[in-house]
Amino acid sequence: MIDRKDVEHVARLTRLALTEPELERMRVELNSILAHLDTLRAVPTEGIEPTSHAVDIVNVMREDEVEPCLPQDAALANAPDPSGDFFRVPRIIEE
Amino acid sequence: MSPAATPYETVIGLEVHAQLSTRSKMFCGCPTTFGARPNTQTCPVCLGLPGVLPVVNRRAVEFGIRTALAFGCRVNEACRFARKHYYYPDMPKNYQISQYEEPLAEDGFLEIDIEGGARSIGIQRLHLEEDVGKLLHEGTLETAQASLVDFNRSGVALMETVSRPELSSPEEAAAYLRAFRAVLVFLGVCDGNMEEGSLRCDANVSIRPRGSAKLGTKVEIKNLNSFRNVQRALEFEVRRQAQALDAGERIAQETRLWEAERGYTRSMRSKEFAHDYRYFPEPDLVPLQIDRRWVEEIRAGLPELPRAWRQRVVAQYGLPPYDAEVLTQSRALVDYYEAALREWAPASGTAADRPKVLSNWIMSELLRVLPGDDEQAVRGSPIPPRHLVGLLRLIENSTISGKIAKDVFQKMFDSGQDAPTIVERDGLTQVADEGALGQVIDSVMAANSKAIEDYRRGKKEAKGALVGQVMKATRGKANPALVNRLLEDKLSQT
Repeated sequence: MIDRKDVEHVARLTRLALTEPELERMRVELNSILAHLDTLRAVPTEGIEPTSHAVDIVNVMREDEVEPCLPQDAALANAPDPSGDFFRVPRIIEE
Repeated sequence: MSPAATPYETVIGLEVHAQLSTRSKMFCGCPTTFGARPNTQTCPVCLGLPGVLPVVNRRAVEFGIRTALAFGCRVNEACRFARKHYYYPDMPKNYQISQYEEPLAEDGFLEIDIEGGARSIGIQRLHLEEDVGKLLHEGTLETAQASLVDFNRSGVALMETVSRPELSSPEEAAAYLRAFRAVLVFLGVCDGNMEEGSLRCDANVSIRPRGSAKLGTKVEIKNLNSFRNVQRALEFEVRRQAQALDAGERIAQETRLWEAERGYTRSMRSKEFAHDYRYFPEPDLVPLQIDRRWVEEIRAGLPELPRAWRQRVVAQYGLPPYDAEVLTQSRALVDYYEAALREWAPASGTAADRPKVLSNWIMSELLRVLPGDDEQAVRGSPIPPRHLVGLLRLIENSTISGKIAKDVFQKMFDSGQDAPTIVERDGLTQVADEGALGQVIDSVMAANSKAIEDYRRGKKEAKGALVGQVMKATRGKANPALVNRLLEDKLSQT
């Protein structure tokens, strides 16, 4: 079971500012998702290797070759606050 | 601080991040050139734009395996990538693709040479991941209201290697990092340039009462980006922890930042939540199954490693271990030394002292004008090995003196010309003509009757002063051995 404290913790980790009603809604929704996982857990999986993928493919790799980059103005095009050559972001407070 | 001076023993583990020398990034084809104009080496993948797919760089995996083999690690048959989640503006996806439960390799060791012998330090794991962007603060750190982000570094292939907590002093930690760097540079998987951040180090350090089996509370120190800083930061931290324990305080488990200019570590409180990374397998990348034949191919191509090279030249040429250590600061320097030695002292008829003469000249002259740990600078030396040997031959056959040779060396470095050309052009050939030298000696003796008197009264050092005068009169070109002999003859005659 996910309680309010779990939701607050996850919201904080994902930098989401949730209102009281949103916190409550998330608690209910996350619990229903977990309940669905319980359904999946009921499937017998003994003797089956765990996997992280639905497709049976391994070793997809590329050669170490340089490809064209984005022009700088395109890279910065969607930045909310570009500054010269850079993306500009609010100062991070360390202490 | 000598270990015996405190009632505590120190336990240190190092995490080293090395940028791999691949041409393109870990998961996209952007170039990895250092120093490019900000935000000109990016693409949708390394900018973390939605809907993109990363693809693993095969060369990065190869470099990881090569390093793993050099450290005697087990290369796992199956490995996969994972997402490590945290928020920081240098990382646009808000997760870093790394490896967690199934790293590329585990369980190796690195041998370090320290005062009093060698030690083998365990390596716990080695994994691949991607680098993050670079943050610059507008104005000073204290007054900045904003940070500027350059994503050129975002996505560059990184290899993280975690040692076991088996280092027992700051000196050992620095020795480990030096040895680690040398191996990577020899393998050609990393340029080892610490100033440019190609090699970065974090340390975990704790202290415990001597003889205690239980580990103390561990503190992580970040930002240790030179050998000197590793040692200084750890020395500071060990002292800080000892003082805290002495005062009856508890050590907080925390991350601290080394402030190199100010010489202390400080707590980074914002990282409180940072250890809840919520790793899960990266759904955008399929697992790797490392082919054993590939591993064996890579193993077969491993070069001689720095430690083995040092042991060989010490045994084979009688080179002092110190010289061997200096020479292994880069692959290029070792290659330089070997090329010069091949040129000068082919297998047959080797003059016994040549290996040492050569290392002396490299250490005292070449490394005075070139940074020996800079592969490119050494490879592009204006004095190639052949030219250095040409100079040493002129000393060996008494054409020029060692003193003149140093001037010639500088001229060679400045002009790129070889020694015979410069000696010929500037008329620097030693005066080895007995008649001509005899005349110079006569006039020096005539002008220094007091020194001669002193000499005859038994003050043998007086001869040195006379030799000096002769050298001065010939502007350093006189053959010193000949001057000594002639002078002795004349002093004993009169």
